[in-house]
Amino acid sequence: MNKDWPLWEVFVRAKGGMSHRHVGSVHAPDAEIALRHARDTYTRRMEGVSLWVVPSASITASDPADDAANFDPAQDKIYRHPTFYDIPDDVKHI
Amino acid sequence: MIGTEPQSSPGFPGEGDHAKHGGGVEGAGARPLHHDASRRGPPPRSGEDLVLFETLLRLGDDSLILGQRLGEWCGHAPSVEVDLSLANMGLDLIGQATHFLNAAGAAEGQGRDGDALAFHRDVLDFRNCWLVEQPNGDFAQTMARMLLFSTWQEMLFGHLEGSKDATIAAVAAKAVKEVRYHAELSAEWVIRLGDGTQESRRRMAAGLDWMWRFVPELFETDALALEAAERGIGADPRKFRDDYDARIGAVLAEATLEAPREQRPILGGRRGHHGEHLGHLLAAMQYLPRTYPDATW
Repeated sequence: MNKDWPLWEVFVRAKGGMSHRHVGSVHAPDAEIALRHARDTYTRRMEGVSLWVVPSASITASDPADDAANFDPAQDKIYRHPTFYDIPDDVKHI
Repeated sequence: MIGTEPQSSPGFPGEGDHAKHGGGVEGAGARPLHHDASRRGPPPRSGEDLVLFETLLRLGDDSLILGQRLGEWCGHAPSVEVDLSLANMGLDLIGQATHFLNAAGAAEGQGRDGDALAFHRDVLDFRNCWLVEQPNGDFAQTMARMLLFSTWQEMLFGHLEGSKDATIAAVAAKAVKEVRYHAELSAEWVIRLGDGTQESRRRMAAGLDWMWRFVPELFETDALALEAAERGIGADPRKFRDDYDARIGAVLAEATLEAPREQRPILGGRRGHHGEHLGHLLAAMQYLPRTYPDATW
């Protein structure tokens, strides 16, 4: 039996209106303690106003072996970038 | 220290003092409110505010000594995350101590600042309660101490937010949020260790048993504390004794732990009576600034 605490991925919202962003991970025996550990590890310098923790085991990741099939086809689809539009000045966070 | 059983009570210097004076309000009347000649360190000049000075010392020394204790965990905690939790809480407490002791130095009016009070006083001049100087033991014992102290400190600071002393009110208002977290986190651990494995439960019960006899001192109200409360600068802890007992009782219930049996209380920290542990703590804490007075970093 693995005696280590399970791993949790930590997401921090830097300020209201922003998305939560992945910042790292913590070990913890359960979700409540994972939140405490995330708070003590990742928000001690005013980094955020909200925290999420997610069991790392719940994350389904793409297979690196499929990288070519997954990601290479996007390389020459430059028209998918919104670079041909003028973004109004008062639209933030793009 | 892991697995150490609580020591038996004989030999604690606070007990004799308590027995003689009966503790509480009546007993404290026997203690002079002004420095006597035998007391170490310079006496305050006439007219200095001794009640304010001693009130600030009690607040500052509680935070300072527990902050130092938590610092001892640095690099030794069960995991790096817990290491950070303990160090964060320790630094919160050292920050509180800095404010309180700087203010104490100002109230004393002898030119001593917080550093001078922290690093150049001897053990008999410390005014912290016995609970905070208790050794870390294992993690469960540390969490028992943290729960019992932080829950009290949160309630105390809640009252001190309304202090007529502007510094005490301001520090309490800021620090109450810090210690609320300390109380919550330690409650979480007490619940998990108590309602955990057979081994964690045994250790949690032993840790609580060690700390239990130091709780009554938190609610001791001597003449000085009473005068501070009457002047509106301090708080009378008896006002929140029932709330405290209910909060601790609720945590223990969730942890499926029995409250330890009542033990003979140990008192006297506020009058400078301390256990053998405090001197060792001070030796480690004060060694560097005493040996290298000009050291800076």
